[in-house]
Amino acid sequence: MSEEKKPAIKKIQATGQMRKIMADYFYELDAAARDDSKKVAWCTSVGPAELLLSFGFHVYYPENHGAMLGATRMANDFIPVANAIGYSPDICSYLTSDIGSFIKKETPLSKAYEGIEGVPKPDVLVFNTNQCRDVQDWLSWYARELNVPIMGVSTFRNIGEMTDEVLAGIVQQIKDLIPKLEKISGNKFDIDKFREVLALSKKCTEMWRDVVETMVARPSPMSFFDATIHMGPAVVLRGSETAVQYYETLHAELKQRIKDGIGAVEDEKYRLYWEGMPIWGKLREMSELFIGLKTAVIPSTYCNSWIFNAFDPADPFLSMARAYTEIFIVRDENFKEKYIEDIVKRYKLDGILFHDAKTCPNNSNNRYGMPERLEKRLNIPTLTINGDLNDLRCYSEEQTRTNIEAFIEQLQAK
Amino acid sequence: MNNQPENFVGIDVGASTTKAIIINADKEILVYSVNNTGADYGAAAEKAFANACRQAGTKGSDRYLVMATGYGKRNVPRADDTKTEISCHARGAFHYFPKDHTLIDIGGQDNKIVKTDRSGKRVNFKMNRKCAAGTGAFLEEIAYRLDIKMDKLNQLAEKAQHDVHIGSYCTVFAATEILARIREGAKVEDIVKGIFGSVVKRVLEMDTMDGNVVMTGGVVAYNPFLVSMFEEKIGRKIFVPPHPQFTGALGAALYSLESKGGINA
Ligand code: SF4
Repeated sequence: MSEEKKPAIKKIQATGQMRKIMADYFYELDAAARDDSKKVAWCTSVGPAELLLSFGFHVYYPENHGAMLGATRMANDFIPVANAIGYSPDICSYLTSDIGSFIKKETPLSKAYEGIEGVPKPDVLVFNTNQCRDVQDWLSWYARELNVPIMGVSTFRNIGEMTDEVLAGIVQQIKDLIPKLEKISGNKFDIDKFREVLALSKKCTEMWRDVVETMVARPSPMSFFDATIHMGPAVVLRGSETAVQYYETLHAELKQRIKDGIGAVEDEKYRLYWEGMPIWGKLREMSELFIGLKTAVIPSTYCNSWIFNAFDPADPFLSMARAYTEIFIVRDENFKEKYIEDIVKRYKLDGILFHDAKTCPNNSNNRYGMPERLEKRLNIPTLTINGDLNDLRCYSEEQTRTNIEAFIEQLQAK
Repeated sequence: MNNQPENFVGIDVGASTTKAIIINADKEILVYSVNNTGADYGAAAEKAFANACRQAGTKGSDRYLVMATGYGKRNVPRADDTKTEISCHARGAFHYFPKDHTLIDIGGQDNKIVKTDRSGKRVNFKMNRKCAAGTGAFLEEIAYRLDIKMDKLNQLAEKAQHDVHIGSYCTVFAATEILARIREGAKVEDIVKGIFGSVVKRVLEMDTMDGNVVMTGGVVAYNPFLVSMFEEKIGRKIFVPPHPQFTGALGAALYSLESKGGINA
């Protein structure tokens, strides 16, 4: 099988609008950080952002910065800097690349957005350990370095059933943040505002879900690699009207593609699940490789992680606790397998790719025998790719390529 | 004139050597050829091809259909098509062993385990991770440290009388372990057997060994003692095809025959 001709990635027209709203978001954040009357909160990507927004904080997401460091491959210059101050090469490479970039006073933000000199200085750092412990350690470094208050929610991990006790504990922790946030923001907590933000977030998340769901179509109008880019607003602009509007535009475009029979992959033959983190520095190469192999990599745990079905403005605390605790990454193996199984069936997939990201065990679900169990249960093959989200020292281009090509050859021979 | 190709060529551009095989339409192997790969994959492939043609006594006017495989497969100028080494090894192994089996290929840079069902379809495969431990490169590194020629490893290991344990995953750590064993006075033959033992362990931890087991690759070709160590470990006979280092090239040649594609004279 030859895939030498550079296959073209089909451009999604809405991308321009996305770039614009992302640019507006970063300029606004930058301005807020320079304005004493405005407050900036840093929040982990699946942290209690809606609560912060309800207080009027401008919210910045370090993981989004981490992904930018990865996608621009700047991460590779900065990870060693954090390694050198004692942050192991085996821990989250978002953390190490982000801290390294701060120490080096360099950021992809200033390359992308003229006039922005650095990340916006925080007034408060807020985490949720639902995804991992690294986010807490990560923000703690900034708390010490910048002498900024840090607070957060500690979520249990590996949860099977969502019990009332688990949720009650999370609700209490969210409520406990309020007095501290009132003090830092100078604003009283306003439950109506909170409900309003949550309602917008819900809308955004529902629109994002609809966008993701277009990939059920055959051929799929969008790939996982496109989706990782287009999920930006769902991460950093949820809780805003802008994000909702953006996804309406994107959704309409994808619907049109479906109507016109346009697939992200020309002559789509195989359909795969992507389980795990993206390899940010290799998105384009990966995308082209799969297009060449006539393979659509479509649904993913990663992109689905910003679908928060539970949000309910009528019951904001409990529903937020539920939304941020019932996500895939927090759950036990049984839940995860069932989740993947449902998607594999609904999207009619031919196989599952597991990305074993060296520095993120939390998103590397191949490590406890899941691929082998799913192969048996679903009677489809799986392939594990060794790599990393940001640390390209852990990635072998040639080996990955050979593995992927061999996997597709296996599907062809089926 | 019949313009169907008469010669089906498999070229396996591996990390250390490049192998070429020519077969005819009856799947008879006409010739084997091997040379070092070096830094120019294209040149190595051309050389292997030219040698093979010369030895086979084929004429310039003969028609060839070429399938390239291996690390350098994309750099083979005369390739009509390419296929991964995983598919080619599985195909080559199935040619000699047409039953369901687990294939272990120990290559220069990587190890592969490929499971094939009884109809010859690949069920799954695994390649070792980035690390060289357990591969030909690992043996080369250790042989160099011990100042032993690669082709002497097998006969040394056969002479071993004591068990020396090398446990580390990592080639560098394994080398350090070896230094410690030398300091403790271990004999070189025992150390070499210990290194073979470490290759066995690295491979067996990659996947389960179901049913029949077949072994291929250059390391296997030159180190039958290593195969016997595997047999001892898994408690059954292992099938090694003739010329095990050419299995990938043979698979490629078979694929080219089966593809009946274009012509590259
Ligand atoms: S989930 Fe993984 S990638 Fe995300 S912050 Fe935690 S360790 Fe890093």
